[in-house]
Amino acid sequence: MKQQTTATDEFVKGLWKENPVFIQVLGMCPVLAVSNTARNALAMGLATMFVLVMSNTVVSLLRRFIPKQVRIATYILIIATFVTVVEYVIQAISLDLHKALGAFISLIVVNCLILGRAEAFASKNTLGRSILDGLGMGLGFVFALFCLGAVREILGSGSLFGARLFHAGFQNWVVMILPSGGFFTLAGWLLLFNWLKQRRQGEVAG
Amino acid sequence: MSDLPIVGTADTPSAWKMIRAMVGVGLLCGLFIVTVYQATLPAIERNRAEALQRAIFQVLPEAQSSTTFRLDDEGRFVESTGDADADRLVHAGYDDDRRLVGLAVEARGMGYQDVITVIYGYSFAADAVVGIRVLESKETPGLGDRIETDEAFLANFERLDVSLNADGSAPAHPIEAVKHGKKEQAWQVDGITGATISSVAIADMLRDSTAFWVPNIRARLDDFRPGGAP
Repeated sequence: MKQQTTATDEFVKGLWKENPVFIQVLGMCPVLAVSNTARNALAMGLATMFVLVMSNTVVSLLRRFIPKQVRIATYILIIATFVTVVEYVIQAISLDLHKALGAFISLIVVNCLILGRAEAFASKNTLGRSILDGLGMGLGFVFALFCLGAVREILGSGSLFGARLFHAGFQNWVVMILPSGGFFTLAGWLLLFNWLKQRRQGEVAG
Repeated sequence: MSDLPIVGTADTPSAWKMIRAMVGVGLLCGLFIVTVYQATLPAIERNRAEALQRAIFQVLPEAQSSTTFRLDDEGRFVESTGDADADRLVHAGYDDDRRLVGLAVEARGMGYQDVITVIYGYSFAADAVVGIRVLESKETPGLGDRIETDEAFLANFERLDVSLNADGSAPAHPIEAVKHGKKEQAWQVDGITGATISSVAIADMLRDSTAFWVPNIRARLDDFRPGGAP
């Protein structure tokens, strides 16, 4: 069965079937912390995706060179390098964006999604497949963060990407932009995803 | 027991291979980081300088040009040429006729989450703080960060009285924060409901900063005249 996995499958699996947030429930720290607005969520997702794709690439290229006894230390070094690079690049692009993402850029280093993909996939697969896996998982992460960020911004601030959606009388649900709102929204999305999954399994079984 | 890996079998790579992998990757990573740092540094410094310049002209709307001064150890203001401690710097704003209109000063203090850095404009004509911009803050999104966006709160700083007492040694009325809707005096800051700590932090840092800078600036006005002190 393993050999039949096509390149497309490697890419698509991260988007839905093995979505890092909604199915694997990985990397919760940025998911809950930086998803208070759609813009922050998107920027954080893209920064994570860049680090994921780059670290998968390098880990896959060096997979025969790195003995497994020192692999974790080496992977963390590679991931930390790309995170540092992302931080400088974001500062060079926009100080405002850097200000909005705050300490969470540095925390991409400890996002278990990235180390998880390096360890579970890139260290055992070819360069092409590792890049596709990184792209798929990264896009799945961006999608999930955006789902949270959009819902939280719409309900918590009455806007999307800063544009007001409701009339002036709309009372913002302040709780949605606070940390607890992150948990509520994540719970809602997980409920939806699990319900969809069970319904599909039921259809297959039936 | 036989399933457990045994240390020192043929699977174990030589120490050289492990060191080679770690040092090799470390070296490449180090080179890469330094290269990117060097490449992005000019852009980052330009962004910072632009952000500061923008902030200076926002808090001193009448100013058309600005010069940075440093408070030296003898209490004089001298034109700052190189890198100096930001806590000793003030930015003098001049109008089209090179007349001094006011000074922009950075102030920092502890907020709810982390240190907040602001820049405020002090106008000589109004003898008051006439504008404020938050340069750095990690306040709670949606609550504390309203110190940057809440129009009613920012209106406090359109004319916040910091006039000095009779002997010019300190502001006659130190800036103080009051609850939302309770502002009665020109030196009071109307707080934000739901962002009490952040708004009080801004009032406190302005109180401390103006208590230090305004008497110093007023006492050495000649230092800021175009062309420097006589």
